[in-house]
Amino acid sequence: MIDFRLGDEYEALRKTVRDFAQSEVAPVIGEYYEREEFPYDLVATMGRMGLFGLPFPEEHGGMGGDYFALCLALEELARVDSSVAITLEAGVSLGAMPIHRFGSEEQKREWLPALCTGEALGAFGLTEPGGGSDAGATRTTARLDGGQWVINGSKAFITNSGTDITRLVTVTAVTGQQPDGRKEISTIIVPSGTPGFTVAPKYSKVGWNASDTHELAFDDCRVPEANLLGERGRGYAQFLSILDEGRIAIAALSVGLAQGCVDECVRYVGEREAFGQKIGTYQAIQFKIADMESRAHTARLAYYQAAAKMLRGEPFKKEAAIAKLVSSNAAMDNAREATQIFGGYGFMNEFPVGRFYRDAKILEIGEGTSEVQRMLIARELGLP
Amino acid sequence: MPNIVVLVKQVPDTYSERKLNESDHTLDRESADAVLDEINERAVEEALKIKEASEGEVTVLCVGPDRATDAIRKALSMGADKAIHVSDESLHGSDMVATAKVIAAAIGRVEGVDLVIAGNEASDGRGGAVPAMLAELLGMPQLTHARQVTVDGSTVQVDRETEEGLTHLEAGLPAVISVTEKINEPRYPSFKGIMAAKKKPVETLTVADLGVDAGEVGLANAWSTVLEAAPKPPRTAGQRVDDEGDGGTKIAEYLVGQKLI
Repeated sequence: MIDFRLGDEYEALRKTVRDFAQSEVAPVIGEYYEREEFPYDLVATMGRMGLFGLPFPEEHGGMGGDYFALCLALEELARVDSSVAITLEAGVSLGAMPIHRFGSEEQKREWLPALCTGEALGAFGLTEPGGGSDAGATRTTARLDGGQWVINGSKAFITNSGTDITRLVTVTAVTGQQPDGRKEISTIIVPSGTPGFTVAPKYSKVGWNASDTHELAFDDCRVPEANLLGERGRGYAQFLSILDEGRIAIAALSVGLAQGCVDECVRYVGEREAFGQKIGTYQAIQFKIADMESRAHTARLAYYQAAAKMLRGEPFKKEAAIAKLVSSNAAMDNAREATQIFGGYGFMNEFPVGRFYRDAKILEIGEGTSEVQRMLIARELGLP
Repeated sequence: MPNIVVLVKQVPDTYSERKLNESDHTLDRESADAVLDEINERAVEEALKIKEASEGEVTVLCVGPDRATDAIRKALSMGADKAIHVSDESLHGSDMVATAKVIAAAIGRVEGVDLVIAGNEASDGRGGAVPAMLAELLGMPQLTHARQVTVDGSTVQVDRETEEGLTHLEAGLPAVISVTEKINEPRYPSFKGIMAAKKKPVETLTVADLGVDAGEVGLANAWSTVLEAAPKPPRTAGQRVDDEGDGGTKIAEYLVGQKLI
């Protein structure tokens, strides 16, 4: 029979991150969120804890762990706050992972050590103003000129792209045409501060307000030819594989938010009274919370299983899509119910559930919308 | 290159409800989550800081039941090098004197100890006397309630802070130090540290291994006996005073009624 217990080291990591989230993130994150400020201090501590290096080998400054360890950390962070969780998710899974996965030894040595310690952040420039789900519709171009890539175009909603510690953005760009007439897409590393690369002021967002998100513009931005990441023309395959993994990470983050809603409600209904009794004694409330717990639990099983398949090296596209779909649903449903249970207080920003409510919606959108997940699942089933 | 022994204890999480066993009034270890005492995390942190400044080795020493290995692993995952775990059924219910004797005997097995670092008191028993007793048994100077520690060659300086004030102490090594919660902010273990801790040596010893007489330890040999224990009565609801222009007077009356003023 399958042994569902976590290994000792995973359990120790989970407890460590939970401890950090409760004792250091929870007391201060509300204020960062309200000020829409990036929490550099928290990110620095997460860096010292090695969270940004979790799935990377020790030779490049990593912790020698795996992607599942990252997922556990994301879940425990998101149980308290999603802004710090997405900062970690994007830093590792989108910022550093493409370099680890596709970079040359030289590129890994140059970039990974600082990314693994959280001293530096990387970002992944894929989505464009004109297309998110339709990632193949990339319009940004890069042409070779005198040993340099000349990049033109823009990218939208790029996490971690404009912090004081952001050091690079990997950008997907059209670098030519394939023999069959389709676009040739390649991935290129653009260091922050490169002339011609402009970071727009940060977005005003509905949620994730203590995370850093910008639109990026490239205007004859020149980087060395050697900044090509992996093979020329492999960009499309590269980002598809990065996104498949990333779905499991976003699923973990969503489960964290869903569980955080349960945590908050269990505490609140044991204190709040209505009509002479603690509201937790009413079955209407109990059933809501039982449903919330069930959603978080089943979504967690889905992402654990998808991660297990991925780490065994088996195809996991469908499982990752299912995990992302059900866990983002769970997050949204739980956030809505938690807000309802908190009543008027749930609509106040000073309570975490209000923050959860604002943070949940993007989980059904980012890293592939729920519709894209359903499309992937249907395709994996071989539907016509 | 100081050779440091850090005393650690597994205690019930202070966030959970802590109880005594009804049968023998000893700590009910099953009823609450067991964690490495927070003050011990600070003791480990201080030892690691000293080690990182001048190399050396950090040994974690724990007296406790088998499940205390979790607390030991946490200390090792923070960066301590090895551990000694004294685990023996006969230790159940030992008082501070017996505990100090066992710890002293276990320290005797570590060669060339320069510093013993402990928390000033555990969050469960709250006796706060073991470090001093240990210093007596080992014949080492005791520098307790330290909020700052400086090791300089063969001496150690400590800022000792108590309710009476601040005292600056200095002693030659080896010495016993106990630290307060002001000493530092303990680090979180990294995943690399957690993985490495699995491979670090933990020596498990019994009372017999240490050459301590079983007749000196355990509940039956404690110098004092708990006759009765009762949980603290639940806090009663406060008294509400409505201010109708005479709020101040009413509060004063209440305080007089409670013999507080």
